[in-house]
Amino acid sequence: MKLSRILLASVLALSACGTADTPSTPAPGASGALTPVKLQLQWFFQAQFAGYIAAVDQGFYREQGLDVELLEGGVDIVPQTVLATGKADYAIAWVPKALASREQGAGITDVGQIFARSGTYQVAWKDSGITKAADLAGKKVGNWGFGNEFELFAGMTKAGIDPGKDVTLVQQQFDMQALLKKEIDAAQAMSYNEYAQLLEAKNPATGQLYTADDFVIIDWKTEGSSMLQDAVWANTAKLGDPNYQAQTVKFLTATIKGWAFCRDNAEKCRDLVVAKGSKLGKSHQLWQMNEVNKLVWPAAGAGVGVIDDAAWKQTVEISQTTKNQTGDTVLKAAPEGLAYTNDYINQAIEQARAAGVDVTGSGFQPATVTLTEGGA
Amino acid sequence: MRRVLSVIAGLIAAALAWEGYKAAGDPEGTVLFGVRVLPRADDLSMPHLSAIVQRLADPEMTGGRPVWIVVLDACLFTLGITAAGFLAGTAIGLVLAAAMQRFRIVERGLLPYVILSQTVPLVALAPLIAGWGGTLMPPWACVSVIAAYLAFFPVAVGMLRGLQSPSAAGAELMRSYAAGWWRTLMKLRFPAALPYLFPALRLAGAAAVVGAVVGEISTGTRGGIGRLIIEYSREATSDPAKVYTAMLGAALLGLLVAGTVSLLELPLMRHRRHVEVVTL
Repeated sequence: MKLSRILLASVLALSACGTADTPSTPAPGASGALTPVKLQLQWFFQAQFAGYIAAVDQGFYREQGLDVELLEGGVDIVPQTVLATGKADYAIAWVPKALASREQGAGITDVGQIFARSGTYQVAWKDSGITKAADLAGKKVGNWGFGNEFELFAGMTKAGIDPGKDVTLVQQQFDMQALLKKEIDAAQAMSYNEYAQLLEAKNPATGQLYTADDFVIIDWKTEGSSMLQDAVWANTAKLGDPNYQAQTVKFLTATIKGWAFCRDNAEKCRDLVVAKGSKLGKSHQLWQMNEVNKLVWPAAGAGVGVIDDAAWKQTVEISQTTKNQTGDTVLKAAPEGLAYTNDYINQAIEQARAAGVDVTGSGFQPATVTLTEGGA
Repeated sequence: MRRVLSVIAGLIAAALAWEGYKAAGDPEGTVLFGVRVLPRADDLSMPHLSAIVQRLADPEMTGGRPVWIVVLDACLFTLGITAAGFLAGTAIGLVLAAAMQRFRIVERGLLPYVILSQTVPLVALAPLIAGWGGTLMPPWACVSVIAAYLAFFPVAVGMLRGLQSPSAAGAELMRSYAAGWWRTLMKLRFPAALPYLFPALRLAGAAAVVGAVVGEISTGTRGGIGRLIIEYSREATSDPAKVYTAMLGAALLGLLVAGTVSLLELPLMRHRRHVEVVTL
């Protein structure tokens, strides 16, 4: 952990030297040509990023004079580092992880909180008797580590459990086999991915797929320890440049349109993601689209992407106070400087609304998706 | 012929061991004093070979191409990356070895760094190199750089050892012929180094495969077998056989590269006896 921090810091320091001669942002659409923009995603193409994929495919970015290139993530690609080192113009990242990078010197700002809600669950077998965080005491609790575990730890702490003593912590793989094999009693899962994998697996006892009735979900939103996840991050230093400001508003306007499109056309967006070469099957991808829509819509307040002060404060507070098993907190101190701003997303919402986009999606109703074996 | 037979026998033995353990092993695995000593033998952890073969024939996704074609395609892509990395790494390794042999000060100054280079974790290196993709070079070339980074090391060290292997008497003989450094290198040192070079090349081949696969996983470069492994392993919960198809592909790739490198050896090792005479 220490070593990786030092490495990250030196990487940042090195690249800071290298970005001095970066050309300043040209005014978008100034010369009629499209402005190239790179967006770094957190992972491979999947419905989690459908709004951006749709905005590219449906020409929403092009309407705004932007030629957006989506960069896929990888195991060791840290989006906020890519952004801070100037190799991308915007990045998608979870708020706590991005704030940790900020604390280590990455100059980035949250300009649009696309996911208003967290999609992290802790899943257990129904017959295990676990229904809430307090029931995890004395159990084997799977967690992903690497900063993905803090909602779980905060939830347990809140329920009066000491994560260091009262539970057996197990480092979990990215699949759910450990839960299926009952090596652990509760497993971390994203509502839009790993949880679906459970429902795509065959129960050897019955020969049928597992159903939602076989499992219990601890949802950190109801336990009150959820943290903000996918957000659009911009380069703080560049936000001083009026052209980059204008570009950010245009980028967010088209992004809002993309997510609104996927809310209203979930199946079409699923097809777009599959066409992008995602290896996840069609029913899995539609499930993911539907679950991700639930995290975005309906958008409270002024509209999609506005950073809710209370949710932000909760995220920061948990980041500062919750200790993981090695005794680390995400943040040592409250974020300094411009960690988030609603200036650009509010302008973008105005423009999108003027263009006839439903920016709150107050009438959004999630669909019911049936998963097939293996998500095929 | 004998070789082919022994390869087939080896494959059959591996298949028997797999299915045999599945039949005899505890489906829950064997745990001794809380430590798992033997893996689980259930279908989720170790699918039947027939299931894996069946999975290879089935389409990857509804309406998609069969898995074996996808895997083969990915292997070819990674083979290209590996070949580029292997060639670049070998060239760099040879040049470094020659330079270190020629100038003692270079050896003293450089060798520690050559060794140090292999202690830098790929996790730290990969994102840096991935950043070159798209601007300096295409994304696949970044992965080749990672492969080359791993491949140059055994060649540099092995070749240095080989170039230094001729006896002082041999070197003095060349000097008495008034042969310069280059001529001594070509006539004496290089042939003498061949028995050292080939094992080094085999190591470099294996390292290049590892570098390519890990580099793909690390940087998320699409198209290759490394990326396929990580994509399929995410589906391990509901489709365990699929993961093994990609792993089979990676194993095949490793074998192919190892085989190719040892073929390289055949025409060149004619010199071996000659070398032995010189190095006496």
